[in-house]
Amino acid sequence: MIRSITKPKSREEIDRLLSGLNRVFIIGCGTCVTLTHTGGAPEVAAMKESLLDSGKLVTGQIVVPVACDNLTSEILAEEMGKIEQADVLLIMTCAFGVQTVSSQLKRMVVPALDTLFIGKETGSGQFNEICTQCGTCIIGETGGICPVTNCHKGLVNGPCGGTNYGKCEIDGNKDCAWTLIYNRLIELGRLDSMRKLQKPRNFLGEPTPGKYEVSKS
Amino acid sequence: MISSFKKALDSGKFIVTCEVAPPKGINLEKTAHHIDLLKDKVDAMNLTDHQSSVMRYPSIGGALLVKEMGGEPILQMTCRDRNRLALQADLLFAASRGVHNVLCLTGDSVMLGDHKTAKGVFDLDSSQLLAAVRTLEKGKDLGGNDLDGDPVFCAGAIVTPEANPIEPQLIKFEKKIEAGAEFIQTQAVYDLDKLKTFMDYARQFQVKILAGIILLTSAPMARFMNKNIAGVNVPQALIDEISQAPKGGAISKGIEIAGRMIKRIHTEKICAGVHIMAIGKEELVPDIMAAADLNST
Repeated sequence: MIRSITKPKSREEIDRLLSGLNRVFIIGCGTCVTLTHTGGAPEVAAMKESLLDSGKLVTGQIVVPVACDNLTSEILAEEMGKIEQADVLLIMTCAFGVQTVSSQLKRMVVPALDTLFIGKETGSGQFNEICTQCGTCIIGETGGICPVTNCHKGLVNGPCGGTNYGKCEIDGNKDCAWTLIYNRLIELGRLDSMRKLQKPRNFLGEPTPGKYEVSKS
Repeated sequence: MISSFKKALDSGKFIVTCEVAPPKGINLEKTAHHIDLLKDKVDAMNLTDHQSSVMRYPSIGGALLVKEMGGEPILQMTCRDRNRLALQADLLFAASRGVHNVLCLTGDSVMLGDHKTAKGVFDLDSSQLLAAVRTLEKGKDLGGNDLDGDPVFCAGAIVTPEANPIEPQLIKFEKKIEAGAEFIQTQAVYDLDKLKTFMDYARQFQVKILAGIILLTSAPMARFMNKNIAGVNVPQALIDEISQAPKGGAISKGIEIAGRMIKRIHTEKICAGVHIMAIGKEELVPDIMAAADLNST
């Protein structure tokens, strides 16, 4: 299942964003952030304690089941009394959740997390980015492994000179996508597809901001 | 306009190129000093393009300085900092000002340099940049539009003969040739038997290979490269040789080693030439050439 992968913002950044905002309502989420331990019930409780210690007033807190769902507004409606007492909503969900709440309640929001990527759990507590939703999928020619996402430079014609024993020049813990693709294509007997000189990428798959309507034909 | 470097490549003579790094700032004194020292000794000099992703005076600025001083520049262009519009525009500008040699590189990640939070562009890659050069020469841009005045280039690229795994690197190397590379500078090589093995394969292609020579300046520097630079393997025997140099003599030993390697590449006709990277010690390039028994070109 795809997941929104988040990490906590630094305490310094949260303090800066909450500067002058003393009454805080905290919102967590029961879905992706429970996997990353960044915004489930224990993290929300810990944030509450931490804010109280630093002299803030916490008007309330809630962990909604799926923050990015449209039903979130109905769940939050039951908490409106406490929400209205707050100067700010501190939201411990991914940016989908933060923006869902923001658009539903039209209130000042502060994200407590940074959303790193949309990925999947590949091992206990380990998450990998799989797809960056570029809108022009090319993995039919790369053995099903995406170089746009998995190569640091998004290269489509093979590895750069920084590849080293199957690892990336920016981080020895990150795989070189083109070594993975090469090995996969050999397994599949399709190495020839790596020999094809690929044209410059089409960055116009879906111009940002993405918007799509299913045709009604 | 055929560049003098292209003529030298085609002449079959043993080619020597070197690198000159533009300054961090606008004080061009040291760069100009290096250009002055080397312009009549080498066939061409590479102007590095924010090498290692460290922001500097632009390579095109350095290339123009080389031209002004009567030397032959090779403009290094990476795909890290410019999209295809900017790359094409800079190629047109270079050609319009007499810079007709270009080395097409993908470029290091910005994360390796001194502006780590910058956006890496990589709109094109090195092989696509080579193809763009050839497209411009045909009077078209990458959008398929006509140019008013077509540029001419001698275009090159790089290869890492000791990359691991090697085959993906060789596939990319062949794509670069297919895209139009006329010359290839290699990553630093120290094991000439391994270089020979690579050349046994590479000789089938219509491309001139210049062996990359990085001047060893100390044993720790050699170990640092082994640990940190992909595809660079300084053999233990060379590290031992430089560590046994008398105190203060490591650089002289490095010059001797580089000269010895170049001499062998030359006399055994292993490659079409060498690309000497003295990395901040460009003033030593003439000494390296002398150690290799190469007369001024």
